[in-house]
Amino acid sequence: MSLAFLPDLSGLIPELIFYGLAAMTVLAAIGAAVAPKIVHAAFGLMAAFFGVAGLYAMLGADFVAFSQIIVYVGGILVLLVFGVLLTARTEASLGLERPLRRAFALTTGAVLFFVLAIAIDSTTFPAATEASEPLPTTSAIGHAFLDPEKMLIPFEVASVLLLAALIGAAYLARRRRSS
Amino acid sequence: MQIWLDELRGSVGWIGDLPAGFVYTIGIVVVCKIILVYASLLAGETVWLERRISGRMQARIGPNRVGPQGLLQFLADGVKLLSKEDIIPKTADKPIFLLAPIIVFVGAFAAFAVIPFGHGLAAADMNVGLFVVLSLTSIEVVGIIMAGWASNSKWAVLGAMREVAQMISYELPLGISALGVVILAGTMNLGDIADQQQGGFWNWYVFRGPFAFASFFIFFTAALAALKRAPFDLPEAESELVAGFHTEYTGFRFAVFFLAEYSAMILFAMLTAVLFLGGWSPGFPIDFDSGWGRWAGVLVLFLKTIFLLSVMIWIRWSLPRFRIDRVMYLCYKVLLPLSIFCVVGLAVQVLIAIAGIGTDSAFGAWLGGM
Repeated sequence: MSLAFLPDLSGLIPELIFYGLAAMTVLAAIGAAVAPKIVHAAFGLMAAFFGVAGLYAMLGADFVAFSQIIVYVGGILVLLVFGVLLTARTEASLGLERPLRRAFALTTGAVLFFVLAIAIDSTTFPAATEASEPLPTTSAIGHAFLDPEKMLIPFEVASVLLLAALIGAAYLARRRRSS
Repeated sequence: MQIWLDELRGSVGWIGDLPAGFVYTIGIVVVCKIILVYASLLAGETVWLERRISGRMQARIGPNRVGPQGLLQFLADGVKLLSKEDIIPKTADKPIFLLAPIIVFVGAFAAFAVIPFGHGLAAADMNVGLFVVLSLTSIEVVGIIMAGWASNSKWAVLGAMREVAQMISYELPLGISALGVVILAGTMNLGDIADQQQGGFWNWYVFRGPFAFASFFIFFTAALAALKRAPFDLPEAESELVAGFHTEYTGFRFAVFFLAEYSAMILFAMLTAVLFLGGWSPGFPIDFDSGWGRWAGVLVLFLKTIFLLSVMIWIRWSLPRFRIDRVMYLCYKVLLPLSIFCVVGLAVQVLIAIAGIGTDSAFGAWLGGM
């Protein structure tokens, strides 16, 4: 019994997955931008984060992909929604009905778009090598973080920044003693 | 998994004739189904186990009518829940209300992909396996907050807020105590972690010195809190919040939440067994590469999972609920500093083993996690 007449889709599947993920990311991001309810926008953002994580995974960056999920979905997004929950349940608008604010928002968005477009256009990305086994990235990232000639100093500076943010948050949230 | 599929293509003639992509796609779907069915069945039986144990502890019998000893009770419950009316509150945010159970379910089930069920038996044998489990279970929080918010009910919102605060907090000691195992093992691949604990039971990571021993208890406690099991079940405290975030859910959507909760229990029980209790090691050396050895390993891991599930149930029915501020106190002032202390201690231990004693000697290798 031979079933070799079935079309060989092995080459097509990665492309299908890529376009699926890209469409999901872009559509979800558009949804997040235009959703009238702020909570819907937040959940649209979640779908966009997942799409980006999927794209990282397709690039063989497994550690970065799951960092994206644990940090952005499990942390930042949850805190965002938590903040919305703590404030009153209003159809919170972003104040965009005022024309001046709308103009500011549009200008900022347009400038950012052009800067990013120029940056992406002028970067030469390394050409994708032949589909190979994804290499373990975790230990490479770990070594890079602890190598003084590579990423040690940026890593430590970032940790100092986070520490400052932590102390600031604790200072703001502390209970003021009524003396 | 690709290895098995390649083996299959090599050994069975007509499968070898099929295009490779076709075989891989079908293979992935079939394996996903097997895991889904396994986890769902086990979750159903865990509900039965919980009800029987709680019955025993309260000097009553518990469900024993459907099937032998009541083993098929979960089927009867499932049919009952399916036949119930599916209520969506009028003021609910409908799309999010409908999406929430799915997200919770995905968060609880997706992580099974990287859990090894036995030697070399993980659907996705990933280098970042442990990290995948921790990150995918954090998706569950999003589903819960969606459920709580979309229900438009005070109990649901309060339950969801407690849940989020608790889960985000307990992820820290959970992750950091698991990091201790990563230091010992030198890898985040769950299959490799379990394989390094083979041989005698003294090779299990829980027995590799005091810091690892303490890490095990921190991990298990934090897992209980992340699973919102009593004594940390404030998010669904029935005496104050009716049922917490799933108050407004009925019928099968409620059943999906329940299923997700119990499969997350199974997930963490398996993860604890793999990380600390030797995975599929029965406590004495056996050959896992032989045919029967592999399946004996599956059985051993299964028994360890059942044991840890029973411990979770035992704790739930023995201890009263914490107060919310005590829950946070326990996390940030007790478990978090302790887990950081254990990680530093384990790092020093491994350093001493490698630099001081040398991993050539048996003691050095044992201490260094090799």
